[in-house]
Amino acid sequence: MTQPRGVLHRMRAAFLLLLLSTSLFAQAIDPLPFKSHAEEVRFQELTRQLRCLVCQNENLADSNADLARDLRHEVFQLMQSGRSDEEIKQYLVDRYSKFVLYDPPVERSTLLLWFGPLLILLTGAGVVIATVRKRTRNNPVPASANNGANDEGDDW
Amino acid sequence: MSRLIPFFGFLLLVALFGFGIWWNTQHDQREVPSPLINKPAPAYALPKLDDPAQTVSRASMLGKPYLINVFASWCIACGEEHPILMSEAQRIGVPLIGYNYKDEPDDAKAWLARHGNPYSLIIADREGRTAIDFGVYGAPESFLVDAKGVIRYKRIGPLTPEVIEKELKPAIAVLAKEAP
Repeated sequence: MTQPRGVLHRMRAAFLLLLLSTSLFAQAIDPLPFKSHAEEVRFQELTRQLRCLVCQNENLADSNADLARDLRHEVFQLMQSGRSDEEIKQYLVDRYSKFVLYDPPVERSTLLLWFGPLLILLTGAGVVIATVRKRTRNNPVPASANNGANDEGDDW
Repeated sequence: MSRLIPFFGFLLLVALFGFGIWWNTQHDQREVPSPLINKPAPAYALPKLDDPAQTVSRASMLGKPYLINVFASWCIACGEEHPILMSEAQRIGVPLIGYNYKDEPDDAKAWLARHGNPYSLIIADREGRTAIDFGVYGAPESFLVDAKGVIRYKRIGPLTPEVIEKELKPAIAVLAKEAP
């Protein structure tokens, strides 16, 4: 009886070791010498807002592309030289256009992108309100004691 | 009549959807307009591939227009573009400068020995640091730089005979007219 349990234990240990080693490996792919935890958090936040241009639906923080790694290092260097987040973003926008920003800035050319869905929602709400009003005007529900009988004439 | 309104709404959405599909077939989603067009080229200074002791810089290239072509031996699309460069390099009317991007010098030299060398000069950016200043995000890319060191045209992706005829040559013709 002890034999299979021993094997199971060993398998579980091996599995845990495997998990542990992959997480260590993930750390080792792109080690950056952060001076503090706060700096690392700032770096993660910033690179999450920047687009990887090679694989355009990924951000810089997540992408494994070669260029993304280069740009992460560039962002890190710029942080070390004391630039602010805004300055670093501008630095990349100057080279790669506004497309590097994951959130497009609110400006004239992006107004429809930002507020288009709201516009469609408001239009839809307007249509619903107008329809309901028209129907209540055409079929006024008597104020008292008329349940069921009137429903059959309703469009719904 | 009012019962048809939802149907017209539906038609409107179909039209919008169709327009979206049409737009995407007309426009390359991967193409990012370079903010560097009509701006001075970044102040680069890079070693020559075949003679790293010599440096080529933006300042040393002033005075004559030239075309920078970003390539690498690991880049598959560059291999597709290469025969076109081989046949067109002499005909475009400006020197073709090779920009060897993130490549091992030996790999690059072997690649050129195998496929031919269309470049009048090759600069090497092993780390890809200067390429960030140029906004390079994938080889091949080509930059037309005028005599004053201003980037006038950029092509992302391979130069094809069609692109050369329709975009590059007209851009070079404009430069030729400006020259005294």
